[in-house]
Amino acid sequence: MKRKKILIAAIVAAAITTGGIIYAADHIDTPAVTGQSTDITDLYVFQGQNTANMVFVANTQGLLAPGSTGAAKFDENTVIEFNIDNNGDAVEDLVIQCKYDAASNKMQVYGPVKPSETGTRSKLEGTVTAETTVTPYGGTLATGTGGGLQVFAGPRDDPFFFDLNQFKKILAGTAGNFNNPGTDAFAGTNVMSVVVEVPKSLLGAQTSGTFANKVNVWLEAKKKI
Amino acid sequence: MKTIKLLAFVITAGVFASSCNKSSDAVVTTYYQTQDQMGRPAINTVFNVAATDKDAFNVTPPSAQGAAFQAKFQARLLALYPGYTTNGLGLTAAGFTGVLATDVLTASTTAPTTFYDGTNVLTGRKLDDDVIDVELTLIFGGPNALTGAPMNVGLISDHVNGNDKAFLATFPYVAAPW
Repeated sequence: MKRKKILIAAIVAAAITTGGIIYAADHIDTPAVTGQSTDITDLYVFQGQNTANMVFVANTQGLLAPGSTGAAKFDENTVIEFNIDNNGDAVEDLVIQCKYDAASNKMQVYGPVKPSETGTRSKLEGTVTAETTVTPYGGTLATGTGGGLQVFAGPRDDPFFFDLNQFKKILAGTAGNFNNPGTDAFAGTNVMSVVVEVPKSLLGAQTSGTFANKVNVWLEAKKKI
Repeated sequence: MKTIKLLAFVITAGVFASSCNKSSDAVVTTYYQTQDQMGRPAINTVFNVAATDKDAFNVTPPSAQGAAFQAKFQARLLALYPGYTTNGLGLTAAGFTGVLATDVLTASTTAPTTFYDGTNVLTGRKLDDDVIDVELTLIFGGPNALTGAPMNVGLISDHVNGNDKAFLATFPYVAAPW
């Protein structure tokens, strides 16, 4: 019994220490978030199949080989946050926050809602608008709806395509041009994807002025502090 | 005596009340802090060189990125292409990097979505948009890049023109994993 307790204490201590090192490495060392649940790979924002909607796609944890995709997980301590500026000042007027709940294995979506504070620190705002069970690797597609939103979360093919390796050679001065055809460095790899489809009417876009019918969007991955 | 008792009661009640307040303060709000962020694709990858800059860019709010990074981005642009004058959008080095340094993805809520389709410029980003070719063209292609007379033809396309899986026409649009 005592031994078990000591073991647990040691594990907890180790976890805290490890967490501390990771945190420091994120801010001091490089590459900051590579391999972390907060490592964003891509953001997409486009009109939905229903053109009254906009689709927000957040991809994280890139370059997952098929063999390691089944083990990839969302992290309960990470908030994947779409920031939406609807007046052109690059400050978020609305946020859509996606947080994984491990107990229910669901991705829970908050917003779109005006955040109580802007910038790099956030808390979850309001209550869950929509949620979905995370689609398992190789499993049946699961989606959820609520508040006019539709939500998906789970492993997907990485939609990004780029001959990154040739670009690196060009930057390093060891190649002068791209090859034709090029080689997609992201072919055959997966990401952990969150997709939220939202009625445009919830985005607060202005109807007149220089920033009419526009939104500025950026994606943040935030870690529990 | 009575007054003292009453006073004592008030003080006790006060202490109790304040300790109540303390315990309700102790219901801690959970906060989350930015570790990574992006707007347009590959901006941090291409325009920040130093690891410290890459990390700092990831945690600087977009509204503060221009002031902090535009000059560095301009130096980087001119290092990538010393012959840069303007690009296909008519932007000078200062103007172009001023746009890029504030790393947000502008999307239209009315126009068709495209990163660039020959008519619409930056009305969002679709899954199949060849964003890298657009960015390479705007960096290396020179002032006539979009009107059929690009410079640096070996650098304005990576010749990877699409994804390796077809996207879905319906939600969730992204393709099933490999």
